[in-house]
Amino acid sequence: MSINASHAKPATKLFVWVWAWLVLLTLVEVVFAYQHLALELMVVILLGLSLMKSALIMAYFMHLRFERLSLVLTLIPGLVILICLMFISFPDSVRIHQLTPR
Amino acid sequence: MAHGETHAVAGEASWDGGASPYAVGDKKLGMWLFICADSLTFAACLIAYSYVRLAAAEWPRPFASDSILNAIIMTAFLLSSSLTMVMAVAAAAADDRKRAVRYILLTMLGGIAFDILHLREWLGLIHEGVTPSSNPWGVPLFGATFFGLTGLHMTHVTIGVLYLGVIAIGFGRSKFSAEDVETSGLYWHFVDLVWMFIFPMVYLLSNKF
Repeated sequence: MSINASHAKPATKLFVWVWAWLVLLTLVEVVFAYQHLALELMVVILLGLSLMKSALIMAYFMHLRFERLSLVLTLIPGLVILICLMFISFPDSVRIHQLTPR
Repeated sequence: MAHGETHAVAGEASWDGGASPYAVGDKKLGMWLFICADSLTFAACLIAYSYVRLAAAEWPRPFASDSILNAIIMTAFLLSSSLTMVMAVAAAAADDRKRAVRYILLTMLGGIAFDILHLREWLGLIHEGVTPSSNPWGVPLFGATFFGLTGLHMTHVTIGVLYLGVIAIGFGRSKFSAEDVETSGLYWHFVDLVWMFIFPMVYLLSNKF
């Protein structure tokens, strides 16, 4: 396949495949949303599927898979670390939840 | 780049980026940096929403199956507009200006359809009495997080439609290059990507069984 070459233009067929996968994963999310699962499990499943979808969009639609690795390494790891740092607020919201009288 | 190679000395061998270490144009790199910054804005909003939701005793689940269906159709429009946008970028790279403009217009139509369906959803909720500070189901911050998150996203879609309009006109008149089309495509796919998080987090986690 030519997609490994750094500046080769990927084919239309590949984009249609990616689109089909994105639609399929969306429908899987909807099916899961109507199962009676614990909220925590549901969040993990839905976020997992969303991360897969965003990886597909970034890799193929946003061409990251066809860019030089230095660009990917400059943009993505820092972004992921910064977003993870925001998770520091969650223990506090759980504490408020436990303090709230019901 | 040849300059760097001919003057390579010991100790500098690891640097082979020359004048363009990322091998992308400055506009594209600029858009990528903007996307990183904007991702953090959306992430902060989503985390704030999750914070408020976790802290609340009981979060409302007002989205009945017709709302979810509406959101699925909106998602389909946005995903399909991303597909037409990649086609536009490919056509622009092949210097087929007419085809590229046609695909950009299709992308804009997808964005407009998304906005119309989204506004219909908003008006329905406003009619039910949801405001940023109150709603019929309790937890007052539900409206604030819902309108804040989806409003910020809708603003991005609307700006994207206008941006693509400018690009379509400019590229059609040969004033803009294929790189400009690709850069606007990056923005459009990013808007699509953000919706891939808002749709499950806001709608699917608040569906009415």
